[in-house]
Amino acid sequence: MAESLYEIVEEPIQVESLIKKVERRESGAITTFIGTVREWTKGKRTIYLQYQAYIPMAVKMLAKIGDEIGDKWPDTMVAITHRIGHLDISDIAVVIAVSSPHRKAAYEANEYAIERIKQIVPIWKREHWEHGETWIGNQLETISYPNGKPNVEDVKND
Amino acid sequence: MIKVLLFAHLQEKLGKDQLDIETNQIKISELKHKLKDQYYLNELDGVMTAINEEYATDEDVVKSGDTVAFIPPVSGG
Repeated sequence: MAESLYEIVEEPIQVESLIKKVERRESGAITTFIGTVREWTKGKRTIYLQYQAYIPMAVKMLAKIGDEIGDKWPDTMVAITHRIGHLDISDIAVVIAVSSPHRKAAYEANEYAIERIKQIVPIWKREHWEHGETWIGNQLETISYPNGKPNVEDVKND
Repeated sequence: MIKVLLFAHLQEKLGKDQLDIETNQIKISELKHKLKDQYYLNELDGVMTAINEEYATDEDVVKSGDTVAFIPPVSGG
C-alpha cells in the first residue's frame, strides 16, 4: 500500500486526498466528516487548541476502528487523518472518509468512526480559552484538568 | 528496565514525557502505586494503561524492555 489510510499529521489536512484514498469503482457513495475547531463552547471562547497524541498507538487505534468498520459494514473502505499540534479556530482537526456501494453504510460507518475516535484513540486536546487553559479530559467535557489536575476552584471560575 | 510514557496533564506535572523504571517485572497496579508515591502522581487513578501500544489492565504484568504508556481520558476528534 503506497499511502496510509490512517494518519496522524502536523500539517493542514487536505480533504480531497482522503476522498481519493477511498475512491473505488464499486463505490456509489463517499461520506466525509470534517471536524473543525469551534470558537464557543458553553459560553467559553476558545482562542486556539493544542492537540497531542501518542502517535504510534493512535495510528494503531485508527486502524483498529477501520477493522471494526470492516466487520460491521463489510463493503466499506475507510480513511482517517487526525491533525495534532497548534490549531486555530475553524482549522480542520480530523477528516474521515468512507466509501461504500450504497450511501446508508457510508453514513453509518462514518458516524461510528468519529464516536470511536473519541473513545479509544490516544489524542488529547488542550483548550486555550480566553481566560486560561485546560487539558480536556473527555469529549463530553465533563472531566477536565485545570492546572493539570481536578480542582474545585475551577467551578467558581466557570 | 521499563520505559514509561506520559501525556497531557501527567507530562506537564512531571515536567517530562518519559521515565525509565529499573525493574525486571512489575504489575501495572504496583507500578502506578510506585509512581504515585515517588512523584505524587495521584492523577494515575483515573488513567488507562497501554503496554506496547495496546490497552491493558491494572492486573497485567510488564517486563523489562516493555513500554508502558499512561493514557488519560482521550479527547481527540
